[in-house]
Amino acid sequence: MTLIAFLILISAVVIGYVLNLRSARALRHGGAKMHSLDGFHGGYAALMVLIPTFMLIITWLLFQGTVIEYLVKSGLPQDQLEGKGTGEIQLIMAEIRSIAGGRIFGTPEAWKLDAAERMVALRATSGGLLVAATAALAAVMLYIARRKVAADFRARQGAEGIIHGLMVACATVAIFVTIGIVASLLFETIRFFNMVPFWDFILGTSWEPQIPLREDQIAAEGAFGMLPVFLGTLVIATVAMVVATPIGLLSAIYLHEFASHRVRAVVKPVLEILAGVPTVVYGFFAILVIAPAIRSFGADLGLPIAPNTALAAGSVMGIMLIPFISSFADDALGAVPRSLRDGSLAVGATPAETVLKVLFPAAIPGIVGGILLAVSRAIGETMIVVMAAGLIAKMTINPLDSVTTVTVQIVTLLIGDTAFDSPKTLAAFALGMVLFLMTLVINIAALRIVRKYREIYD
Amino acid sequence: MTDATSDKFDWAAPAFQATLRKRKRSQLWLKSLGLGAILIAFAMLFLLVGSLISTGYHAFTQTHLRIDVVLDADLIDADAPERGNYRQILTNTMQAQFPDVADDRAALRRLTSILSNGAQFTLRDMVVADPGLIGQTVTVTVPVSDPYDQLAKGLIDSDTPEENRRLKDDEIANFNRLAEAGMVSKPLNWGLITNADSRFPELAGLKGAIIGSAYALLICFLLSFPVGIGAAIYLEEFAPKNRVSDLIEININNLAAVPSVVFGLLGLAVFIGWFGMPRSVPFVGGLTLALMTLPTIIIATRAALKAVPPSIREAALGVGASRQQVVFGHVLPLAMPGILTGTIIGLAQALGETAPLLLIGMNAFITSAPATPFDSATALPTQIFIWADSPERGFVSRTSAAILVLLTFLIAMNAIAIYLRQKFERKW
Repeated sequence: MTLIAFLILISAVVIGYVLNLRSARALRHGGAKMHSLDGFHGGYAALMVLIPTFMLIITWLLFQGTVIEYLVKSGLPQDQLEGKGTGEIQLIMAEIRSIAGGRIFGTPEAWKLDAAERMVALRATSGGLLVAATAALAAVMLYIARRKVAADFRARQGAEGIIHGLMVACATVAIFVTIGIVASLLFETIRFFNMVPFWDFILGTSWEPQIPLREDQIAAEGAFGMLPVFLGTLVIATVAMVVATPIGLLSAIYLHEFASHRVRAVVKPVLEILAGVPTVVYGFFAILVIAPAIRSFGADLGLPIAPNTALAAGSVMGIMLIPFISSFADDALGAVPRSLRDGSLAVGATPAETVLKVLFPAAIPGIVGGILLAVSRAIGETMIVVMAAGLIAKMTINPLDSVTTVTVQIVTLLIGDTAFDSPKTLAAFALGMVLFLMTLVINIAALRIVRKYREIYD
Repeated sequence: MTDATSDKFDWAAPAFQATLRKRKRSQLWLKSLGLGAILIAFAMLFLLVGSLISTGYHAFTQTHLRIDVVLDADLIDADAPERGNYRQILTNTMQAQFPDVADDRAALRRLTSILSNGAQFTLRDMVVADPGLIGQTVTVTVPVSDPYDQLAKGLIDSDTPEENRRLKDDEIANFNRLAEAGMVSKPLNWGLITNADSRFPELAGLKGAIIGSAYALLICFLLSFPVGIGAAIYLEEFAPKNRVSDLIEININNLAAVPSVVFGLLGLAVFIGWFGMPRSVPFVGGLTLALMTLPTIIIATRAALKAVPPSIREAALGVGASRQQVVFGHVLPLAMPGILTGTIIGLAQALGETAPLLLIGMNAFITSAPATPFDSATALPTQIFIWADSPERGFVSRTSAAILVLLTFLIAMNAIAIYLRQKFERKW
């Protein structure tokens, strides 16, 4: 049905274009002095039909699922739903949905079969209505556009106005994405704080998000204190930066000051490869090579190293960040005015002294900006830590120990089927909010430093 | 002039020479440290690729066994061939190969376990396709199960003590007898690409993941490409310089640095939670990836538009084109190579992105390839994640092989981007 709706849309657009183009051409041949070219008349009709009808189809498709769900749910026999939590109702709806999709497990109750039948019927009705609505709207828009063709009709302005509006809409999509992120995180986070007190989350030192499934179950009481998780994130990010910063800075200095053009032309792209490797690959690399190597090295020294030590995840993350820091530092060194460098060399400083004592201090703001952006990446990096770091939150700053991070907890809490009303799920959104705010602050600070510094020399 | 100064300063004085040596030494130090840093980075890249290839190449071949199977008419009902007892047929086949093995169930089960669990389904599919085979003897080539595959690839060391080994001495002896009879072969493992996922490493393949990734990327492209270009054109060519466009600009730069897992949370809450879209489908994955790729495409497009010299715009305006005609007729076509390069690089990033896809459930265990973007599926990176989590030994090399497949796609995409840039880039 959706396909038919789209076919109607496309044919209406084409028909509108061709008809208006032809009438405009006929008018021109009839001797009229047209304001706009024929093509604009055609384009105007096409856009007039396309935009509203397309919006209609998309909105319909977005909301039909929710509406049908709501209708089916409100049609369920009340006595079956009495006293059931949202989780159970969701399970029932999932079962009805799968029955409606033709996957029947066991022998469901009759009222569930009825509901599934109603769902199928509603879906068919919705599909039919969509096609009818599409056809009607396309016809109306076609009629309006058809009547507009006239010698003095400013079709170019009309068509360009619509395109301009479209472009503005595209540009605001970015804002809507941000609003969407903030709204979805905020909404679920507020629900979370209705269940878990705010200060328990911010200042709690114990993170055990297991919630007993049944009343009588012996399970850990859920505890949602984010401090140990936060601390683990810092430990791993610190390890990563300790690996990445010196290597990145030194290679940038070498590339900028000592390497010939040919070496640069080879080394820079190869370093960029490190940045292009997907993080899931780094995660596998960490568990396949680095973690066993660190463990056996530790065993030789007699150090107790946890199987998923923070060192493994952190150092692999550091490798990933090397090209990031090195290219930022290289850019920053390159942005220092040539006169500073030439002056320093002219008074007899060696290239090394020039880099360390003249260029480097002058480039510090740019380099700091780059390092800050790398820190924000390290904090937000997910796959490496999900695969190579631990799951248990500990209040420790020992990098040999196993720690967990904000992103690991988000993924483990949300993996698999989740209901949207347990504090366990909502905790992930609260952590996501913390992560978003943290990286946002760091990013804004870094971008500001970088920009300000550029202005000094421009 | 130099002579004049050298009169005043004793360049050969030992004290000066000493400081000079020291300064040169520190210069050498810095240089070698820098070189060392680059070498460390290179070594890590080499170690990464090397370890993947050295573990992954095993998975590009798969040990197969060629056996004559008697399709016993007693065990297959000709009216319902899909219900036949193919397991028993295989057991009988293996027993025929080893007449000396005792006729007890445990020994027979261990014999049959040489064959992959999928062998019975291969037989079933053959018979269902051609019921005329019932009662005949057919020669089939089927994969062997994972431990024997490892054995044939030399990954099981027969020197380790028997109790620490996954295959006991008699099992190894049995397999070696089959190998000596010329029944074992190691062809290229096309199943890696043509099979969907499976619990059994010897049967698991990437077909579902590749198709899932392709659908997600297609959706991602269809959404982010037009929207990204529209936004970039507006911001670069039409937007008035005011606070709103500043806000949009800051916003886009910040979006580009938001952690990908947050986009996953957005996708989960908005697309699945509020709009009620299904979990695990490439369509939702593509939507989420599109939001992530959008800032990359906008930034690349703006850079490409900026690179078109203003003289082009002025000339077009001068002959009477409207501002939109200038942009769509002249500037945009000239900027297209740069835009496409940026888009391909953005899509390559999206292809390797894992975390958001995990959150919207594209890590489900699905044994069939998706037919449409609305069927449950995995994607290449999430498949790698699933396999990396699997305990079976055979999945280690499969994971490396899957990573190599993913890297091949990424290299191909980047190569296309570089080619486009070199071929069509104009120097003004």
